[in-house]
Amino acid sequence: MSAHTDFHAPVGGRLMTRPFMVLLAIAGIGALVAMYRFVNGIGSVSNLSNGYPWGVWIAFDVVIGTAIGCGGYAVGLLVYILNRGKYHPLVRPAVLTSLLGYGLAVIAVVIDLGRYWSLWKVPIFVWRWSHSPQLEVALCVAAYTLVLMIELSPALLEKLRASASSGLRRLAQSGLTFIEKSFVWVLALGLLLPTMHQSSLGTMMLLPGPRMHPLWFTPWLPLLFVVNCIIMGFAVVTLEATFSAVAFRRSRETAMIASLSHVAAWVALGWSVFRVAVVALTGKLGYLASGYGLAFLAEVGLLVVGAAMLLSESRRSQPVWQVRAAILLFLGTALHRVNTYLVAFNPGSNYSYFPAVPELLITFGIVAAEIAIYVAVVKTFPILQGPAPAKASS
Amino acid sequence: MPLDRRVLLKSLALGGVAATAGAAPAVARGRKVAPPSAMGMLYDATMCIGCKACVVACKQANDMPVDPGPWGESNLYDAPVDLDGKTKNIIKLYREGEKSSYVKQQCMHCIDPACASACMLKALDKDEVTGVVAYDPAYCVGCRYCQLACPFNVPKFEFSKAAPKIVKCELCRHRVKDAAAKDTDGFTRYPKDQGPACCEVCPREAVIYGTRDELLAEAKRRIATFPGRYFEDRVYGEFDAGGTQVLYLAHVPFEKLGLPKVGNEPVSQTAYAVQEGIYYNLPFLAPVGLYAVLAAVAYRNRRAEAVGTGEKEPKS
Amino acid sequence: MKSWDRTDALSKLFEDRGLDRRDFIRICTLAAAAVGLPASVGVRWADAAAKGLKPSVIWLHFQECTGCTESLLRTSHPGLAELVLDLISLDYHETLFAAAGYQAEAALKSAMEANAGKYVCVVEGAIPTKDNGIYCKIGGRTALEMLNEVADRAGAIIALGSCASWGGIPSADPNPTGAKGAPQVLPGKTVVTIPGCPANPYNLLGTVLQYATFGTLPALDDLARPRFAYGRVIHEDCPRRPHFDAGRFVQQFGDEGHRNGWCLYKMGCKGPATHANCSLKNFCEVDGAWPIGTGHPCVGCTEQAILWRMPMHATVDIQRPMPPDTYPPIKAEQGHISAVAAGLAGVVGGALAGAGWMAAKKVGGGSEDKGTGPDKGA
Repeated sequence: MSAHTDFHAPVGGRLMTRPFMVLLAIAGIGALVAMYRFVNGIGSVSNLSNGYPWGVWIAFDVVIGTAIGCGGYAVGLLVYILNRGKYHPLVRPAVLTSLLGYGLAVIAVVIDLGRYWSLWKVPIFVWRWSHSPQLEVALCVAAYTLVLMIELSPALLEKLRASASSGLRRLAQSGLTFIEKSFVWVLALGLLLPTMHQSSLGTMMLLPGPRMHPLWFTPWLPLLFVVNCIIMGFAVVTLEATFSAVAFRRSRETAMIASLSHVAAWVALGWSVFRVAVVALTGKLGYLASGYGLAFLAEVGLLVVGAAMLLSESRRSQPVWQVRAAILLFLGTALHRVNTYLVAFNPGSNYSYFPAVPELLITFGIVAAEIAIYVAVVKTFPILQGPAPAKASS
Repeated sequence: MPLDRRVLLKSLALGGVAATAGAAPAVARGRKVAPPSAMGMLYDATMCIGCKACVVACKQANDMPVDPGPWGESNLYDAPVDLDGKTKNIIKLYREGEKSSYVKQQCMHCIDPACASACMLKALDKDEVTGVVAYDPAYCVGCRYCQLACPFNVPKFEFSKAAPKIVKCELCRHRVKDAAAKDTDGFTRYPKDQGPACCEVCPREAVIYGTRDELLAEAKRRIATFPGRYFEDRVYGEFDAGGTQVLYLAHVPFEKLGLPKVGNEPVSQTAYAVQEGIYYNLPFLAPVGLYAVLAAVAYRNRRAEAVGTGEKEPKS
Repeated sequence: MKSWDRTDALSKLFEDRGLDRRDFIRICTLAAAAVGLPASVGVRWADAAAKGLKPSVIWLHFQECTGCTESLLRTSHPGLAELVLDLISLDYHETLFAAAGYQAEAALKSAMEANAGKYVCVVEGAIPTKDNGIYCKIGGRTALEMLNEVADRAGAIIALGSCASWGGIPSADPNPTGAKGAPQVLPGKTVVTIPGCPANPYNLLGTVLQYATFGTLPALDDLARPRFAYGRVIHEDCPRRPHFDAGRFVQQFGDEGHRNGWCLYKMGCKGPATHANCSLKNFCEVDGAWPIGTGHPCVGCTEQAILWRMPMHATVDIQRPMPPDTYPPIKAEQGHISAVAAGLAGVVGGALAGAGWMAAKKVGGGSEDKGTGPDKGA
């Protein structure tokens, strides 16, 4: 069941390639616009308004961004709870993607918050805590980001274990031993926390109540969001594993991804059936005949088509179909989140929102930074599966 | 493969149930009631002449800057189009053919305010005595979740500032120094210049203030005295959104005046039923229970794996 | 209507000035109305004048430009200036006196003694106080001494013009002479102030004639300004107010708005913060002869906090705002969709998805590739 060559190694190679510098440039532009935002206020770079106080930064960078970061969660469930050890090589890069997804979501939050300097009060001022669903999300995301750092630390510690300094080597080894011993407790936390806050992200959009469209206003929204993020986690892991293998000329794990895709397909189908069932059983099918209905059908349709592609064994063992299906699954799950946070929310017919150019530049910058950091870390630290060493180095 | 699917579906079902334990029964929270000395306002649209003295008085009492509105090419001194970061109270005009009515818009001071339900650190909080929904910027992170929550679109955000705040009517609580006492006309009032500025300046007494009970009684008295004058013969805010402390009487449909049909449930009912059902009803049982289950399963799997492959050390 | 013909002195007075009784009555009643007194008062004035009972006025000049006196003289339709001078007994006035030197000083002294406790002391100009007030000396005495002496036995003290009211232009920074207004130099005494640069002459006329007729001073505000003239700000009675309310502002001197007489608020008009009645009673008895009427913003010449302290073309806060005559709709359109942004988002999103879709082909190959050649990838 477990992979035999379970050895991680840095990819190595030149960091400052042309694509990498393009990513840095995009990230740099985003950073400049963000600095402008901090000096001149949110209104100076965005189309956020009193009607639509949340826009692409929340709906995409935070809500979808954290779901992108659910690769570690999804794969972790498979490997450690359902005991599918064969997916093990996918774990570490997925955890890295998760840490990046959540870390940059936190940065997006700081950019979006109007009074970000008070953010430290949220975990400290326990006596002022309300029962707001958002409080739960905030505390959980912060805790989960720390857990991800702990879960990824072996990559750093393994690199330090091969360091020249003996002091660092000893420190690294004791760190690795400690993590090994506390592994189960940290892991369980790393599986509990996303369950909690991803579901609360769904609960959050129940609060607008009458201003939410009936097709998205259901008490099952928390469950929909949790399973949705698992599907997106699988899709992201597929895309990340495949493109990494190609980009870094590594061995592809086509067979592993094929079974992963199979799991993802059934989960996606199950989600879609459940989604439509809830709408049908609460008598809301009538709403499908509208613009909102189209959005609903799109978010379900993308998942169904993507899952269908993966149901045939021959197709799902081909990387081209794995990737295409993963793109569809990603778009479908992302669309559900955007629909919940932006489309289904109706503040009044006189309000309209579409992100402004600087607003988009910040989002692009955050995504570019995420990819760039991923590439840099994968090249420098033992993240991806590497070949068995000729001699064991210590 | 079949094994995968079965195990997968089983665990998904387990996980789903664990994650939403309590969501299905969706325990309804006890309905909140207004505090006994809750202060409120009664606005009678049939009496309002649209002079906007209340808009000016509110700006002066709250030290608000002027807001030259987007009225095309003109450069009016202070002409807000809507409540915003510089305007806590506004008069709007509804006109449809021969029918017309003014409407005064400001915070409704709900009995179960959605904005306070949204706020993480209670920056927006309902006063226990007067029921005024107050804002304290010290605990505000500027997340604007309150703007999403309010069904009346009341809290406004200073998007143009580098150090923004939420801006909304707070019933001039900063002017209150002495206790309120019964006035000659039967309403509980503060001394002059301590009550809401809009009510004190209104030349027609179209908007008045007092305790919610007094105002509700007055509104019902008017409905009884003038049958057919008021829309649906009811007071908006008596039960709407779980009840509000600012009450409305009008001769045109409330919806046309921007007072939405929100039903008689507090807006946050569903969200809180789900959230409290999962986390707070059996305090944290669901998360703690799930954690225990996850840890146990993970532990058992690693032990089995170590034994099964004969490796001494399970990998991390 | 009484006949004045029987009073020879008065008839001669009028004949000399080319006036008949009808003119005289009209002018008297106009003057009375101008200062808010009933027409019958005008009749009493003429009566008293005929009997030779005229209140004594001692007019002191200190640090001034004589503009206030000139402004008073410009109230002349033929003969009014002289009539004013005949309705009151102007016993000391350095500008208008034919006499000079010792004769003038003697006239002052005798007038003070003859009318002690009853004369009206009008002060024009600021009083320097630095270095014992040596910066203004008349006849060997400092202004400070002179004022204290004359004010001591006056029945009423009126400070005419901004200089006498609070220091005016001599008190502008750095105020090298320590110039002050009469009220600051005479603490404890009631000093009616009629600020303005120059003061509106009808305000003085009304105050003096009220005192002369009834022996009382008009109601005063907390700066001792007569309320009938200084109770409201220019903005509240300005003829250009409809332009302010409708948002029609002059943006630049000479522009179309300026030529059409639009509101001068944005050019720095201090009208909203300046208490005065210039908009109701113009100068020189010519309609429109006041600053805003000629197209220049009010400079706030009555207010100590504004004149010589605020830049002339800086805008001032509106003290008692009124809402405009426009109403927002129940739902005002807010927010817009920029075509550029939509295009950008569409292009980037579509490109990524499409590129991924096409790139999938390149990824194809099927079998696992175990080789790890030299890295040339991203």
